[in-house]
Amino acid sequence: MSPVSEMLCRRRLASAESAAAHTLADLRPGQRATITCYGSEVEASTSRRLFDLGLVPGTEVQMVRRAPLGDPAIFRVGDYEIALRRSQSAGIHVETIR
Amino acid sequence: MTDGCHGGSGPTTTADSGLTRFALVGSPNSGKTTLFNALTGLHAKTGNYPGVTVSKFEGRTRLDGGRSVLVEDLPGTYSLDPISPDEQIVVDILDASGDADRPDAMLVLLNATTLRRSLGLLAQVAQTGLPICVVVTFADDLARRNGRLDMAAFSRALGVPVVAVAAGQRDGVAELRRLMAGHRSWSRPVVPPPTDAAEVPAWADSVLSASDYQLPEADERTRRIDAVLLHPVLGTIVFLLVMFTFFQTIFTVAAPLQDYVETFFGWLGELVAEHVHLGWLSAFLSEAVIGGIGGVLVFVPQIVLLFVLIAVLEGTGYLARAAFLMDRVMARAGLEGRAFVALLSSYACAIPGIMATRSLPSARDRLATMMGAPLMTCSARLPVYILLVSLLFAGEARIGPFNARGVVMFALYFFGAVAAMLAAAVFKKFTSRGGPMLPFYMEMPPYQVPRLKSVVAEVWTAAAAFLRKVTTIILATTVVLWVLLNLPLRDDATVAAAGVDTTDNSAVSAYVLNNSYAASIGRAMEPVFEPLGFDWRINIGVLSSLAARETFVATLGQVAAAEDPEDPGAALAAMRVDDRPLFDVPTITALLVFFMFALQCMSTVGVLRRETGTWRWPLIAFSYMFVLAWTMAFIARTVVSAFG
Repeated sequence: MSPVSEMLCRRRLASAESAAAHTLADLRPGQRATITCYGSEVEASTSRRLFDLGLVPGTEVQMVRRAPLGDPAIFRVGDYEIALRRSQSAGIHVETIR
Repeated sequence: MTDGCHGGSGPTTTADSGLTRFALVGSPNSGKTTLFNALTGLHAKTGNYPGVTVSKFEGRTRLDGGRSVLVEDLPGTYSLDPISPDEQIVVDILDASGDADRPDAMLVLLNATTLRRSLGLLAQVAQTGLPICVVVTFADDLARRNGRLDMAAFSRALGVPVVAVAAGQRDGVAELRRLMAGHRSWSRPVVPPPTDAAEVPAWADSVLSASDYQLPEADERTRRIDAVLLHPVLGTIVFLLVMFTFFQTIFTVAAPLQDYVETFFGWLGELVAEHVHLGWLSAFLSEAVIGGIGGVLVFVPQIVLLFVLIAVLEGTGYLARAAFLMDRVMARAGLEGRAFVALLSSYACAIPGIMATRSLPSARDRLATMMGAPLMTCSARLPVYILLVSLLFAGEARIGPFNARGVVMFALYFFGAVAAMLAAAVFKKFTSRGGPMLPFYMEMPPYQVPRLKSVVAEVWTAAAAFLRKVTTIILATTVVLWVLLNLPLRDDATVAAAGVDTTDNSAVSAYVLNNSYAASIGRAMEPVFEPLGFDWRINIGVLSSLAARETFVATLGQVAAAEDPEDPGAALAAMRVDDRPLFDVPTITALLVFFMFALQCMSTVGVLRRETGTWRWPLIAFSYMFVLAWTMAFIARTVVSAFG
């Protein structure tokens, strides 16, 4: 492993201590929410990647649409759109914006 | 000049290792490939990274003052915290201190419309200590969507040179070349950007606000198109229509082009036969060499069309939507939507398809997709299918309102895909034993009008790769087979002694073929294939198709030409075994089904060996597909025979 990736691998990200009221997976199309933290069940490498993808705590996310077959769903994160499966979106805790 | 440490270059040329190396670094959808093509044109070399087999794209570009430099297009990545082999490559190259192949400088591409996220990657690559020039792409898109970025302020805030390039405009690329010429004097940030999770967002915010950055609005055009293309009903209909049109185009548009190629090689063969008077040499050149090359080149129009369509689907952004729509279906096979892209590429050829599995972050997904990919109907199966289906149905035959040949073709493509999915699902089940789940995510890029230059470059690379394969493996196989089919040489006395009329050319040809080395091999294989209705002549074709499936057609052409050189197609139809036509309906069906499932392609075996790093998987793939092919062909033959 290279020094840079070793350093990046040591990054610690906030994870929830208790079950969340809401996750990204609960959002309906058009609904907005702010990311609070990652679920404690989420692998550390996964949460680091979600972070690098811009799914950063404090960021506003909008659910855009679900695939016709029910999964995955497209989310608008700041300036771009990303498709996530329920297995990932359910690990991202949010506070919905009314 | 420090030259010659890597062999192969003469004293008059500079070894590549002596040139300044620039690495293109960026996330997927950052416009990396477009910039790479703009810098290097069609002179890019494709190869592989040592050890792993991630494709390596490298090319030269000439800077102001005539100096040549190397540009390397690194695989797209979102992070230097790698979770896939592609990403590992980027880390290894950028962070390998003391390596001769380490780039001298980086061109880091930041998509102006996804700038906030892209800054995170920039912060990470800055840790490698290599000089950085930031290339802002899609600045025209940013302006169209009412976003804003002050390039000069952005450059000051980052502390590195910044240049904006826009699709189709030369100014940006010219400016970039000027900057590249002076890479030794690029400014560096006074304080390197942070990578700590707590500091990165604040750093990105401060850079963006210092650069007067205005977030682009959601792309209205993309939103409207998505409303249709991702609509539960409309989107599904469009998806099926797109895929159906895909294949209809390949068959209807390619046909006249193929006729031209066929006519040309027919003329060339006659020309050679006319001017070369030494009997066996004339036959060797016109039948084995020219016939072999022509018999494969005839499919280049189809391959080019296929890659044009794939490049256009990719360039517009529809391929990501197709992956989004298909993800749930692929998930059934334990795969993900992006495996759909690898499987779709396998429609062209299993080799790029298998190589496309590298974009899958999960090693298990990659393996499962690779085991299924060779079952997709690759373009090499096309000539075989076309020949067999044309024997099965007359050109004007119809099933309902559709052309019968077209319907059978569609069915072959469809069931090939189903078989590939099932195989992948089975392998995914067998290989999944614990291990962490890798996350699934996929960026949905805004729709774009595909760039002509990118499409041309992509098609060129694909066609060139196919042609390289033709001139090596397929031509060699055709030549070896011609030798097997025509040797040992018989003089007239031997032929006459066997009771054959030496003035009857086709009788002599038949005698030579019946007593050739190939005939012995074909006869030895008969016990294996007899239950499928194949005789030794078909066996020769099946054996030869191991080198590449399309060789089957060339070989059958030779077998037929040996009997009636005037009209090989009719000759095939007229070939008889015992008292029935050799190519009767049950046998053609069995052959079609056999080719649908069998791994009759040594190039695929080679790529599997390279990609998995062991002989185990290609051996497993070859064996399971042979057993599957034989069994399914036997069942198909039995069923078709029963219904007469």
